[in-house]
Amino acid sequence: MKREWMTILEHQTIARDTYRLVLQGDIVRDITEPGQFVHIQVGSGTYLRRPVSISDFDFEKKTMTLLYKVMGKGTEDLTRKSVGESLDVLGPGGRGFPVDQVDDDHVLLIGGGIGVPPLYNLAKQLKAKGIQITTLLGFQSADDAFLLDEFEELGEVFVSTNDGTLGRKGFVTDWISEVKATVDRYFTCGPTVMLKAVSEQLADLPGYISMEERMGCGIGACFACVVPSHDEKGYRRICCDGPVFEAKEVVLA
Amino acid sequence: MKLSQSLPGLQLKNPVMPASGCFAFGKEFAQFYDLSELGAVIMKAATGEKRFGNGTPRVAETARGMLNAIGLQNPGVDAIIEEEIPFLSTFDTSIIANVAGSTVEEYVEVAAKISAHVHALELNISCPNVKEGGVQFGTDPMLAEEVTAQVVEASEVPVYVKLSPNVTNIVDMAKAVEKGGAAGLSMINTLTGMRIDPKTRKPIIANQTGGLSGAAIKPVAIRMIHQVYQEVNLPIIGMGGVETADDVIEFLLAGASAVAIGSANFKNPLICKEIIDELPRALETYGFTSIEEVIGGAHDEKARAGIFRA
Repeated sequence: MKREWMTILEHQTIARDTYRLVLQGDIVRDITEPGQFVHIQVGSGTYLRRPVSISDFDFEKKTMTLLYKVMGKGTEDLTRKSVGESLDVLGPGGRGFPVDQVDDDHVLLIGGGIGVPPLYNLAKQLKAKGIQITTLLGFQSADDAFLLDEFEELGEVFVSTNDGTLGRKGFVTDWISEVKATVDRYFTCGPTVMLKAVSEQLADLPGYISMEERMGCGIGACFACVVPSHDEKGYRRICCDGPVFEAKEVVLA
Repeated sequence: MKLSQSLPGLQLKNPVMPASGCFAFGKEFAQFYDLSELGAVIMKAATGEKRFGNGTPRVAETARGMLNAIGLQNPGVDAIIEEEIPFLSTFDTSIIANVAGSTVEEYVEVAAKISAHVHALELNISCPNVKEGGVQFGTDPMLAEEVTAQVVEASEVPVYVKLSPNVTNIVDMAKAVEKGGAAGLSMINTLTGMRIDPKTRKPIIANQTGGLSGAAIKPVAIRMIHQVYQEVNLPIIGMGGVETADDVIEFLLAGASAVAIGSANFKNPLICKEIIDELPRALETYGFTSIEEVIGGAHDEKARAGIFRA
């Protein structure tokens, strides 16, 4: 992990309250797995950094794409950063999806809301390994949806929205029973309540979940972002032991 | 510029150390810089048995600061001695163990075990985030004196007592632990606070209350150190919102002999090293030629009648 002032190359809105931010810098060269995150100091108006998952990256160009949703003051302030400005970034943080260890025929990706972004580079890497991908994407409403075309280029995509304005009305988990028969493994990221529902419905399959929590340091020192685990140790730190865990490793409340 | 000085149990090459609970046991920060650069390291609190701490969320942001309620999560004193201190011992810096507990017996047990492996203890009678122990020892002068005396008795190394700011009269607490045999003070711990989310109508932190830290509490820390320095004859490790070399000088002028940097480590993991590097030039800027010259330098009012004097 290092701290670097990365340059903003692109910054635009892609859905309701949702932004695409492209940063350039050496931190990109340190990315080892899809699903890692960066910890951003937005400015003097906020105290702590804000963790944002890496959606995609390009080693050659030293660029990374972050997709974030405005959730409060920190992300609100972030929207005002302009192309050409530099941003105080710590990263890459945590452990991502262990793509190297995956050797399946067909996998299921399940993303909910702003949990969708870290699955994108994962999908690209899985596809490059020749693995068939089925993706379930869930959003509040059609206005909140993003990355649909990008995922469709990589495999079959099923969409659901809470209000039925796009895809099927309901939750992303409503699709699971229809697609689970043919897949060997699942990868999911979204709110904890969704991760819990997904891991319960797919309890007989191996899977990886990516979690989020309010973080302090983002490097494993402050113990703010812990989740209970099933082993004797009793906990995992989301920022450095995760954010990606084997589904059976942690206890989802 | 000479930055080194001796305090009870500690040969400090500079007056800057990370504060307890903001640095874990050092491993995470060792990837950013050589920990031998630090004046000392104050480890995360040790309790008799391992503790899992509070539910999440454990942190919330505030104006110029943050609330935390981690709940003294730690692997227990034995695991800290076996698995954490050996790593920190590879660096050329002093190690201070933060000792916590629910009962006097637990404080004594932890102190007796860990003191053989470190240079000094910081007796934590001021954690606001655990239900039992901790802060009740830090808000009642008689209990504070008693637990200090027993821990001093059990410890092989000097004991610095970490004071809580959540009291009406900080000087009474400082005097009590001085009477109990403390070798020094560390102050201040966090101020108890709360934030409520209008959307959920509930406190943001799972523990409801948390400890406020960061730049927001610096004036409180400075005021309390300034008060205590005049009344108690013990060296003070000052803390509470240190973020710059100028802040270090402000704490020393108030009466601290050294400073600990807390939440700022979360914003910038390199902050301790950066402040150590900047300190000589900052001292020069204000016309100082040594650290000793700065300590207590704001106290020429002693000749007059200071408004806070009892």
